[in-house]
Amino acid sequence: MNRGTVRSYFIGDAQADRVVPPSGFTAQLTLFAAGAMAFLAVFALALSLASGRLAHRWASELARSATIRISAPQDQLSDQTAVALKILRQTPGVARARALSQKEQADLLSPWFGPGLDLTTLPVPQLIEVTEDETGYDAQGLRLRLAAEVPGAVLDDHTRWRKPLVEAASSLRRLGLISILLIGGAMAAMITLAANAALAANAQVIEVLRLVGARDVYIASAFVRRFTLRALIGAVAGTVLGVAGLLLLPAASDEGGFLTGLGLQGLDWLWPLLIPVLGALVAFGATWAAARRRLKELT
Amino acid sequence: MIELEDVGYSYGGGELLSNVSVKLAPGSFHFLTGPSGAGKTTLLKLCYGALTPSSGRVLAFDADMRGLDRDQMALLRRRIGVVHQDCRFLDHLPVADNIALPLVVSGRDMLREAENLRELMSWVGLSARADARPPELSGGERQRAALARAVIMSPDVVLADEPTGNVDWDMSTRLLHLLVELNRMGKTVLIATHDLSLIRAAKSQVQARVLRISNRRLQLAGADL
Ligand SMILES: Nc1ncnc2c1ncn2[C@@H]1O[C@H](COP(=O)(O)OP(=O)(O)OP(=O)(O)O)[C@@H](O)[C@H]1O
Ligand SMILES: [Mg+2]
Repeated sequence: MNRGTVRSYFIGDAQADRVVPPSGFTAQLTLFAAGAMAFLAVFALALSLASGRLAHRWASELARSATIRISAPQDQLSDQTAVALKILRQTPGVARARALSQKEQADLLSPWFGPGLDLTTLPVPQLIEVTEDETGYDAQGLRLRLAAEVPGAVLDDHTRWRKPLVEAASSLRRLGLISILLIGGAMAAMITLAANAALAANAQVIEVLRLVGARDVYIASAFVRRFTLRALIGAVAGTVLGVAGLLLLPAASDEGGFLTGLGLQGLDWLWPLLIPVLGALVAFGATWAAARRRLKELT
Repeated sequence: MIELEDVGYSYGGGELLSNVSVKLAPGSFHFLTGPSGAGKTTLLKLCYGALTPSSGRVLAFDADMRGLDRDQMALLRRRIGVVHQDCRFLDHLPVADNIALPLVVSGRDMLREAENLRELMSWVGLSARADARPPELSGGERQRAALARAVIMSPDVVLADEPTGNVDWDMSTRLLHLLVELNRMGKTVLIATHDLSLIRAAKSQVQARVLRISNRRLQLAGADL
């Protein structure tokens, strides 16, 4: 297909659209199917974008931080903490090391123990937050040194629970993308069925057009234009409704954690614009293929 | 213009036509006759490529039809005007649009052709019925409209299948007269009909040859009509 042909599909002439009689019911079904598919595609898109974001955040934020937990009798705790901090300062690859204050530790525990907790009454270990720099540190070496000098220290570099989380988020994202593909495929199937029905219903018209010298491109374009336009209109409506649904989701917040991050953020809002375009393209391709197949059977 | 070389055709059962050879020379006027079911419509369909011969070959404008692709076939149809036995209109469009259909599908500028269309409509006497839908027309009106559609592209060949099938004698002679006029303008004309009096009426106006299908063969009928 050259550019002229493609252009003639969309501009065409008003006459060409009139030669095929209007079809009320299939038109509405196509509109509905395209709308429903676009609506679903918006959510699949939001899901994969959000889980992609999540996977990225978990992978990068958690990878850059580690925790050292020092459990020791109350009287040795501050000494061991000081030694650990000294070791950390000397360790290449550690950007920052900071002992959490009593208040910060209390805040971390408050979801489980409730507010107003007095930590001094509990044998709570001291936490040290370690942030690594670009190069990273040798976790195994650090562990050995801590074991020698700070007997109560345990290094937790988060890999243990980071990996499954990142994996979960990544597969969620993969599922979202697969859903988008499936939605596209289902839409192509539905448009193909609708186009085939329209072509069959208009078999007489097509035959007459062939008899008076219409080329296949002319006949196909009458159908292709129709279905592409319907899919476009339906998909725009479905996308608008889907985006409206996303807008109604609560905004991302720390309290809500993962689930509230499901909406779109920043430039992500541009992605749904692609859905009607892709929907129209799918309809264009499906109708064109169906018309070609059908026309080949005629003389 | 159109030439059949040793053509045979069968719809799947026994052979309907065999060893048919005929040549429609430019500017010639032919009648095709034979009993109902003899294969007149079939022969015309072979001539405009709606059917492919089971054996032999059909040449149109010196090109073997078998070698034409779908687009070339469409272009060929624009050079051959056909009046179908069952007229074949788009029932949802007004008569004027149906007559103009060949112009529309071949991308002609309809504004430039408007005058041409109007003239043709009055030539076949349908100006007053331009906005009617085909199902609302009388049989004779439909056949005149079909004739108008067949000639609107100014084709080199006009094939008419029973153009006077369901009209009275007056209308038959009028339609015949239109076809004779076309022939005088240089068009090659082939009319399939079983109406022998129509053929007799034509003989006084034009030099017509009569082809008859009998026993699956095509014969040139003598003057014994
Ligand atoms: N599509 C088809 N499939 C099978 N048989 C067909 C088909 N079309 C026509 N026939 C048969 O072929 C024979 C010739 O048909 P055709 O229409 O050519 O006859 P005709 O000479 O035009 O008759 P009429 O004068 O009644 O129009 C008939 O017996 C018809 O039943
Ligand atoms: Mg017939």
